[in-house]
This record gives sequence, C-alpha cells and structure tokens, in this order.
Amino acid sequence: MPKRVPIRICVNGQPREAFVEPAASLLELVRGTFGLTGTKEGCGTGYCGACTVLLDGQPVNACLVFAVDADHRDVLTVEGLTTHEGGLHPVQDAFVACGALQCGFCTPGMLVSTVALLRRVPYPSEADIRAALAGHLCRCTGYRSIVRAVTRAAAALAANPENPALPQPARPRGMRSRA
Amino acid sequence: MSEADLRAVSTNTNPDGDARPPAPAHDPASVVVRAPQMTPDKPEGFFIVGKATPKVDAYGRVTGAERFADDIALPNMLFGKMVRSTQPHARLTRVDVRRALTLPGVVAAATGADLRVRYGILPSSPDETVMAVERVRYVGDPVACIVAEDEVTAEEACALVEVGYEPLPAIMTIDDALRTDLPQIHPNPRRADNVHKEVHLEFGDVEQGFAAADRVFEDEYFFEGTTHAPIEQHAVVADYGPDGKLTLWCSTQTPHYLHRIAAAVLGLPGSHVRVIAPPVGGGFGGKTEPFAHELAAGFMAMKTGRPVKMTLTREEVFYAHRGRHPVRFKLRTGVKNDGTITAVHLQTWLDGGAYGSYGVATTYYTGALTPVTYKIPAYKFDGCRVFTNKPPCGPKRGHGTTQPRFAIESQLDKIADALGLDAAEYRKRIAVEPSSKTVNGLRITSCGLPQCLDAAAARTNYAAKRGRLPRGKGIGLAASAYLCGAGLPIYWNAMPQSGAMVKIDRGGGVTVFCGASDCGQGSTHMLAAIVAETLGTDVTDVRVCYGDTDLTPVDLGSYSSRVTFMAGNAARQAALTLRAQLANAAAAKLECPPQRLGFGRRRVFCLDDPARSLTFIEAAQLAEAEFGTLAAVGSYTPPALAAGYKGSGVGPSPAYSYSVAVAEVDVDLETGQVQVEKITLAHDVGRCINADSVEGQIEGAVYMGLGEALMEEWPFRAGEHKTPNLLDYKTPTSLDTPPIEAIIIETDDREGPFGAKEAGQGPLNPVIPAIANAVADAIKARIHSTPITPEKVLKALDATSGAPLRLKPSAASRPQPPVPASP
Ligand code: FES
Ligand code: FES
Repeated sequence: MPKRVPIRICVNGQPREAFVEPAASLLELVRGTFGLTGTKEGCGTGYCGACTVLLDGQPVNACLVFAVDADHRDVLTVEGLTTHEGGLHPVQDAFVACGALQCGFCTPGMLVSTVALLRRVPYPSEADIRAALAGHLCRCTGYRSIVRAVTRAAAALAANPENPALPQPARPRGMRSRA
Repeated sequence: MSEADLRAVSTNTNPDGDARPPAPAHDPASVVVRAPQMTPDKPEGFFIVGKATPKVDAYGRVTGAERFADDIALPNMLFGKMVRSTQPHARLTRVDVRRALTLPGVVAAATGADLRVRYGILPSSPDETVMAVERVRYVGDPVACIVAEDEVTAEEACALVEVGYEPLPAIMTIDDALRTDLPQIHPNPRRADNVHKEVHLEFGDVEQGFAAADRVFEDEYFFEGTTHAPIEQHAVVADYGPDGKLTLWCSTQTPHYLHRIAAAVLGLPGSHVRVIAPPVGGGFGGKTEPFAHELAAGFMAMKTGRPVKMTLTREEVFYAHRGRHPVRFKLRTGVKNDGTITAVHLQTWLDGGAYGSYGVATTYYTGALTPVTYKIPAYKFDGCRVFTNKPPCGPKRGHGTTQPRFAIESQLDKIADALGLDAAEYRKRIAVEPSSKTVNGLRITSCGLPQCLDAAAARTNYAAKRGRLPRGKGIGLAASAYLCGAGLPIYWNAMPQSGAMVKIDRGGGVTVFCGASDCGQGSTHMLAAIVAETLGTDVTDVRVCYGDTDLTPVDLGSYSSRVTFMAGNAARQAALTLRAQLANAAAAKLECPPQRLGFGRRRVFCLDDPARSLTFIEAAQLAEAEFGTLAAVGSYTPPALAAGYKGSGVGPSPAYSYSVAVAEVDVDLETGQVQVEKITLAHDVGRCINADSVEGQIEGAVYMGLGEALMEEWPFRAGEHKTPNLLDYKTPTSLDTPPIEAIIIETDDREGPFGAKEAGQGPLNPVIPAIANAVADAIKARIHSTPITPEKVLKALDATSGAPLRLKPSAASRPQPPVPASP
C-alpha cells in the first residue's frame, strides 16, 4: 500500500489535517474523509461538473485534482455557503426562488461556480452565465431557470455587497497551522 | 395573458399576518392559461394550487444537506464492485474468484452460480439473473461481484477474477436479430430468430379505410436509441441486521418493485425487506427496475453480515442503460383530400438489447397511443421487439411513445404540404375530441390539444412563418399526447395503485406518508401542496415522508407520469377525510354548518363571514378531542379501462395530457449545423398545482428532446459501446440549449386531483418532430432518422440540389499511408 501523505487544508474556513493516499482525489477527500457529501460525483472523469469546488477561489473539478495538490490551499464546498446560523447564501436563495433545481444533483457544483463567477463578473450577461456554467451538465432543468437564478443572485448581491452570507475571500497560501 | 393573471400567478402563498418572511417574490417565466376552478369540495378557492411556490424540499438540495444514496455511509461498511463481461455474446466456461479473494482487503466474492433466481421487472419476461449464468449477453453484463474494505481494493480484485469465454456471434442489429441462422440470445424453442415480442392489432376496417382514401402516404423512419444519463450514478447501500432483516437504501424510482423482486431473488419474506428510496439524483425512467448491483449488494450484505455499498461508475451506468429503444418504422396513412385520416398502418421494429426489461410494454406503447392524438377511424399496428447483444433497453421519458411521434408528426407535415393545408390548422381539425373513445378503445376525458395548438402557433406566429422564411431558417410544429399513469400495474393485482396516509399533529404540523419516490420531478412538493390546499394550511407546515416500504403505503413508483394523478388523488382523499373531521369540530364552535366552512391561510373560517374563524391548530385540537388521533388514509385505483382484447392493458390511462411544440431553427447550409433558436411548448397539464414545477418539467423535457433530436446517439463497434462517458455521449450544455418558452394550458380534468394531469413526460414527445419539421422547412428536404446531424443535413441538401454528392476523397486520390514493414 502506498504511503499516506499528511496534508493541511482549509475547508470552508476551517483548517483541517488529513493523511491521504497519493492517488486520492480532492473529491474523495472532501466526501470520504471530511464527510462533506454535499459535493457530488457524476462521472469521476471531469466531464459533468457535479464535483466542482472552489480551490483558492477558482472552480475546479474535484475529481481531477489530487488531494495532495490541495495541500495548504483553500477549499470551498457547498456546505461553506450557508452561514453558521444556517442562513442561505444569496446564490442558494436565488436557486430556490427560481426553481433552478429539480433533482439537485448538479446543484452544489453550479452554486459554487456561480459564486466564483459573480466574484469575477458582478453583473454577468446571459452569455457570461451560460459560458461560465457550460462545464456543468444538468439533465433536469434545461438551464433556463438556472440562468435566471444566477441573474437574480447577481442583483441580490449587488444590492447588498456587505452581505454577511458572502463567502470569505480565499485565505492566502501558506496559512498557519492550527497549533 | 393579462397583467392581473401574471400577478395572480406570482402571489406568494404565505398567509397574511404570518410572522415568517414571505417566500421570495417570483417572476413567472411561463404563461398560464387558467381553467375556471370547478372543484366542488374547495368552495373557498385555491390558496396554493396554481401558484409558483419554491419547492418544500429545495432547501436540503441547495445546502448539500440532503442525503442521496451514495452519501449514506454506515459503520463497518464494505464496498462492492461488479466484474463485467468483456464479450458481447459468449458462453461462460469458467468464473474463478480464488485469486481475487487472496488480495488483502477483499472480504467476499460471488458469481452467477451463487444466485440463480431469474427475475425481470415484467412477470412476462423473467430473463435476468443477478450475475451471468452460463452465458453473457452484452459487454457490461455482470459476471461476478467482489466486496472489499474499500472501493479501490474491490476494483483491483475485479481484475483478478478469471473469466473464460467461448465467443458466440454477436447480434448487433435489428436485421441480424431477425435472421434465423444465428444463435439465439435467449434460447426459445418456439422460433428460430431473436424476436422477443410480436404484437399484431387491428381496429376498425383498415382495408376499407385505405380503399376510401384519396391519397396514401407511406414512409420509413428510424429513431435512434438514447440513454437517460441522470447526473447521479446508481447507488445502493445494503444492511442486513442480526434480526434477519435487510434494508436497501437505493436510488430507485420504484421502491415497491425493488421490494418485491429483492425479496423473491434473495429468498427473504417480504416483511424482512425494507427498501428506502432517498432523493434520487435524476431518473427519467432509468431507475425504474431492480438492477443487478442492487440485488448483489443485498446478497453480499447477507453473506458478510456487514453493510455493503455499491455505486456504479459512469461507464457502468451506460451498461445498466434501460434507455430508449432504437425503433424502425413503416408508416402508412390514408387521407381524404381535405386531410381527414381514413386509416393508419404502423409497423415498428424495436432493438431491445440483451434482456426483456419493460420491453413488452414498450412494444405495445410504440402503437397504443397513436389514436389518442388525432382521429383515426381504422388502425393497424404491428410491433416487433428483438434481442441484440447490447445493454438492455427500457423506458425513457415518453416510454415507447416518443419514437412513433417522430414518425407520425413528420409524415403529417408531409401530408399537410401535399394537400396544401396549414399544418397547425390541419392538426386542430383532426384532433381527438374531449370525452370520446379512440378506435382502440381508449377513453379520453379532457383534451387541450386545440388550445395548445392555438397558443403555440399564435405565440410563434407560425402560420406567417412556415414556408416563408429565408432558406436555412425554418419553423416546425408537432403535437403529442401522453399517459397520466398506466391504467394497470405491471404485475396483475386488484389493489390500489397508490396509497397515502396523512396525520395531523397537535402543533399544526401535517405529515404525509406516501411510497412515491422523488427523482427531482417534484412529487414531494406536489403531495405537500395538495394536502396543504385541502386542509387550508401552508406547504411549509407539511412534511412528506416518502419512498420507504416500511413506513409508507405502497405507491407503484415514479414512472409513467402517474404520481400527481394517482398519489395526488390518494393523498387528497386522506386529507379530505381529515378536513371533514376538522370541519365537524369547528362547526360547533363557530356555529356554522360544516359545508359552509372554508380552509385556507392556516385558518378555518365561515365562508359567509370570514372574520368568524379558528386557527388551524385550534381546529385540529378540537377535532382530536372529539375524534381521537387525527390520521387518515386514502388510496387510488384507476377506473377499469382496458377494452378487453389481448394487449388492451397497455395504453389505458385515467387521463391524457397534450403538448404542442414549435421549434425555430437556423441551419448552416455550408456545415449542416442546426442551431435551434427557440422552442415554444404549450402543454395541457389539466391543472397546474405548482407553476414552478410544471414550468421546470416542460423546460427539462424540451432540453432532453433537443438532445435526442440533434446529438444523442447509441453507437457500437465490434460489440462495444463506443461512447460510454459523458464527453463522447453528447448531451446539450447550457450553451447548446436555446431559449425555451412554456405555455401552461389548464383543462381541469374531472378525475385528476384538483383537475391535474401530468407534466413529466408528455412535453418531451413533440419536441423531436418539431425540430425535424423545422429543419425540413429550412432546407426543403426531410431527414427520416434521428439524430439530425450535420452529416445528414448535408446529404439531404445535396440530394435535393442535384449537385454532385460531397464525397470523401476516393481511395485512389487519398494519399496512402506507408505500409509498415512486417517485423
Ligand atoms: S464528477 Fe468530477 S466532473 Fe463529473
Ligand atoms: S437538477 Fe438534476 S441534474 Fe440538474
């Protein structure tokens, strides 16, 4: 059995430590080791986008990233979007309000990608939204309600940029250990 | 639709004076054409039905809190993997798991020899075993099963299982399956070919009908196979307790059928098997029958005494399949000069893949609903399903009715053109009538087809555009009908198809127990909405406990668009019983006859003086004091509708939904690329329970139809699936999906809950022929097979222009690669 590698990683604002197999993916780490099952696997090969998380603020397919490569980096999963009081992030709120999910299996990936998009482009056009989400397959909705939800979320965030539900900016690299 | 109507749709449903913030305002994107409210037992009007409300189960799905089957982990759990056949057709000479068992971490293994019980979703074709016995029938057919401490070890061990094959000729096409000189995939002494099911039905005087026709149109079509590709890969967790009871948490649309078959295959009494369907991450018909890995997980849990999880890889999902049958058609239609249909003869050949699955029903469905859309006085149907060495085909959204719709609606446009008729007006003229009976004995109640045709054509300016757009641009229209639940269950029984139980708590909470499974189609919200509307409480106060064979009354499952109609009616019946108790208790207190009480906004009030009222909680407590524990059951059995001939069990439904799609396309005449610019879809939903959900179903169906029309294929090479992954199996992305406009038409069906019918499958059917018709309008040539690829478009263009065919460089002109010197 290959030797496990110790890593330190900041998950949804919490510093965590783990011993991972060199071949383990970030998706396995998040779902298996940390039990954050909100992030989904739809293919395991980088084609569907269901496993998307933000790595240092950038959307990545967690199934394609080695867990060891996330060492000393910052990961945001869907669980990190809700506030401690359980309040919904404006993006989540918009998805609920617009009926932008049916089975909800693609949703966690869509949500974090939307968060990344709106940080980059606060007022996205429909074309921006469709391009940003093109790596996320959804077999249920036909995407239109999702596009509407993202537009609505953008408006909500613009109206209240101080929104406490906004995710913290990515932590700089080389964060200090818990000790 | 007026502004006021629009506002009516978007009114949020939170009762006035509620402490909680109102649900977020919602901008409805669709147009709803309302039917007047007819429900006699809801005189106070609708408070919830028809509005666009966020789904009650949406919150768990946006926060990641909802647990799907693969998210479940039990202590001490093992992981299972199936060894799958590498041969399309072969005799098994040996399956040896001994080496695999020596790998550290491997706990147990099983092969076909351990579990020989044959099963199948339809009692008429029990042709599957959990793992292959003696013979494999497609690449991917399960051969053995390994469980280990972790998934990687199980996978490694699978590679160590030694399997001996003695290859047999692989039968990969319908033509080969019809031959009598090839080996049989399922030995059948009664015939020499690989035909699984033949159906021959004739209604009315077909010969006379064709004789009376002024014109007869005859065409051949082919509908390509497609797969569901839900984003969730099938998963199961099995747990076998020391009490001898087995629990399966399984991503299934049909927990009841899995319950029955798991008990039979694993040799357990039904009382010792519990199937729980957690939320399902998309189904579309692909999770409507027991799968080998689900039964294998149960078997291995029993064998090891430890919980076992099995999650299919995406590649395995393509092998599990049960997707849309490829179907070849011959369609002959006789018409009068004014377009009136005098007779139809439809022949279908279905490529069924390696096992029966729902195939017998699918075969019937390729013919059964033909007369439900347009008036056909004489009808002949010949269906034939064959076995091939491919993953088994089954039901996909539109089950068996999607394919013939492509043929029929394509030909209808041809007929309209030949007779010089407006294609929309023509369809309206021949549409079936409400409250009528079809030639094959199907009862039609409400029918909104003419309204759908009018709405979709008017919205898109169809009449002005068709045939008049510049070359390369096209508009196409098509119509369809679909079931609201199959009239008969798949195994014969006289029990209800759906049951529900509703209980009211002293705190005002309401719980609905129902066996339906929520695969994203919205059954949970639908049940909450129907019960809340009946009892006058809010949807947010209703909890729905679903898909658990120990806790919930049987509902046959989320297939054939039956849940709103059947489970909805069952839940409504239970809620009406409770409503009567509440009314009786409140009547005394309010000094108002119970019939004059209204229920809404968490209050029970006098219709004549709404200020005289009780809160829902007060009424519930009075009722509990008077009648005891507040719980009631309801059940739904469809009326006996089968006409009595052999095969008449497939097709009857308590109601039919109607849909019309209009597609507008832009075809690149150089590349053959089809760009769909917009799809407008009008759907007769009977009654819209939740505008959000109906709109979502329509949009999703349009999207799925778009993929089937333009990109999805099911190709094989040398017996192997060529594209078993989500990159090569092309489904539309957000960039490929055009704007979609939904028009919701209400017709208030007299038997549906609050008049509702269905929205899950019907809207898919017309999309594919609408796109085909639009392409035909754009390039003035017709493509008779799906998907409509650029290659086919270019060929069709070349054929009509008379220009020399664009050929590949001939072998002579092509530079030859150097022949490598043999070593
Ligand atoms: S699971 Fe990672 S892209 Fe599909
Ligand atoms: S909501 Fe089901 S896949 Fe997107």
